[in-house]
Amino acid sequence: MADESLVRLRGVAKDYKRGAETVHVLHALDLDIPRGDFLALMGPSGSGKSTLLNLIGGIDRPTAGSIEIAGTRTDSMTDGDLGKWRAHHVGFVFQMYNLLPVLTAERNVELPLLLTKLPAAERRKRANAALGLVGLSERAHHKPRELSGGQEQRVGIARAIVSDPTLLLCDEPTGDLDRKSGDEILDLLQALNQQQGKTIIMVTHDPHAAARAKHVLHLNKGQLSRDAAA
Amino acid sequence: MFKYLPLLWANLGRKRLRTSLTLASIVVAFLLFGLMQTLRVAMTGSPELAGIDRLITMHKTSFVQSLPLAYLNRVKGVEGVVVASSQDWFGGVYQEDRNQIAAFAVEAPTFFEVYSEYQLKPEEKQAFLQDRTAVIVGPMIAERFKWKVGDTIPMRSNIWTRKDDGGNSWPMKIAGIYQASNGDNQSMYFHYDYLNESRAEIRDMIGWVVVKVADPGRSADIARSIDDLFRNSSTETKTSTEKAFIQGFANQMGNIGKLLTFVAAAVFFTMLLVTANTMGQSIRERINEIGVMKTLGFSGAGVTFLIIAEAILVTGLGGLIGLGLAALASKGIGAAVAQFFPVLGMPPATWGIGVVLILLLGGLAAAIPCAQASRLKIVDALRKA
Repeated sequence: MADESLVRLRGVAKDYKRGAETVHVLHALDLDIPRGDFLALMGPSGSGKSTLLNLIGGIDRPTAGSIEIAGTRTDSMTDGDLGKWRAHHVGFVFQMYNLLPVLTAERNVELPLLLTKLPAAERRKRANAALGLVGLSERAHHKPRELSGGQEQRVGIARAIVSDPTLLLCDEPTGDLDRKSGDEILDLLQALNQQQGKTIIMVTHDPHAAARAKHVLHLNKGQLSRDAAA
Repeated sequence: MFKYLPLLWANLGRKRLRTSLTLASIVVAFLLFGLMQTLRVAMTGSPELAGIDRLITMHKTSFVQSLPLAYLNRVKGVEGVVVASSQDWFGGVYQEDRNQIAAFAVEAPTFFEVYSEYQLKPEEKQAFLQDRTAVIVGPMIAERFKWKVGDTIPMRSNIWTRKDDGGNSWPMKIAGIYQASNGDNQSMYFHYDYLNESRAEIRDMIGWVVVKVADPGRSADIARSIDDLFRNSSTETKTSTEKAFIQGFANQMGNIGKLLTFVAAAVFFTMLLVTANTMGQSIRERINEIGVMKTLGFSGAGVTFLIIAEAILVTGLGGLIGLGLAALASKGIGAAVAQFFPVLGMPPATWGIGVVLILLLGGLAAAIPCAQASRLKIVDALRKA
């Protein structure tokens, strides 16, 4: 399985300084996630789920250990290179959607494409295709405040997939939604995994959401439960 | 750059009231700046008016004090002087007191020799020189009062009365409308002989003498020679460059110009600080969004660029509107005070300085948020939802 791994972590640790105290959030984690997996990361609050997700996504750096995504070491990249790498390889879906309130759904989805050299018409076309994929074509010109929570999250997912990333990282994507909207989002993530072959890592508290994943990993006090590891 | 414009523009609409108030303060700040520049140039002597080869000889005490007419010929005889021409302040008023006009009684034949930048059509020049009640006027006042060549206008003087009827009405016939390359387009010039022969108060006295020298490099020596001619007489003279004279003329307004400039500068600076703070606050409120953009792959430099571009968009918009209003206002004020400042208007250089200030203000407003954004860790920014 190691050869097929998209994500490979070796001895990854993360410490935080809180005043004079050092908090050990993750302890020497080893983890392999195969390409095309849909992995749910569960654990109590403060267990390090989001920290692990941030490390895999390259928006935080490990205190020790190595992180390799699709054969590329990301833990030793410069900030600039890491930014470019994220733009090409990772799509993020946040619990609170994190859309820019002043932009329409279409402009929000187009945002990652501004970093490319694509002409405006092509950017617009791709943004609308992504919105179509999440079933929100008719809401393209609406601003986030004019959308329901579920719709906002779908826009967030469209933004995450618009640049066709290798990896989709979702941090509590249904945490702020009612059950029905949450199910719709999970349906969408499942479809992206099964039909588009996207590798998805989803942090969740919710066993109902975790049940949709192919694998579930439990994190407790910075350590992965051995028996649940994929 | 252009692909970011919708994002920058959308950010301006985030809090419309705050954006409007910020824009309004920038507009007012740059309006003040434009007016301040206008006043500064006007109060320090409209250097555009000054010729480098001209000197002015006036009464040692003040240009308000007259000189004997006989001085004119003696000045003409000084070595290095090409030509000299006399002038006198008329205190012109047209119809109503608010229509004050910079009117000068000049020695007509020599006027065009010392002021070669004043051009007239040959037939108008001839008409002016031949008729001692003739006057030539600047194009702006001709347009303002709908004057045309051949009109006789009832000028009044707030200084001189006529000896024939004791009145202050001085009819003058417009012989021509001059074009002046030095920016003076609101003055009028008529014959000194007309004034001298008709006024009741004094005769054979002139206001000052304009001297054209052959070698501007010898101006100091020539000025000294002129003043030496009249040293220890009852009417001593002071000869200086034309620029110094114009400045002295404007200084009759006292220190009002300096005071206004100081007050406007203080207000401008305060507004800059307020604006910079408001814009900084507006960007600080978006720390979470900056974190999101960085997460999506925007680099620190890219985010810094967007913050600066947004700040400059606001300051640029407000600044250019403010400067435009200042240019319009200067024109209006210029018409009202043309008697004292015939070339009052916003100096063209103000636009250039204004653009530099716009960039500086934008940079200042963006500096602190940029520093914060560049230090910001994405994970910390994302927590500030």
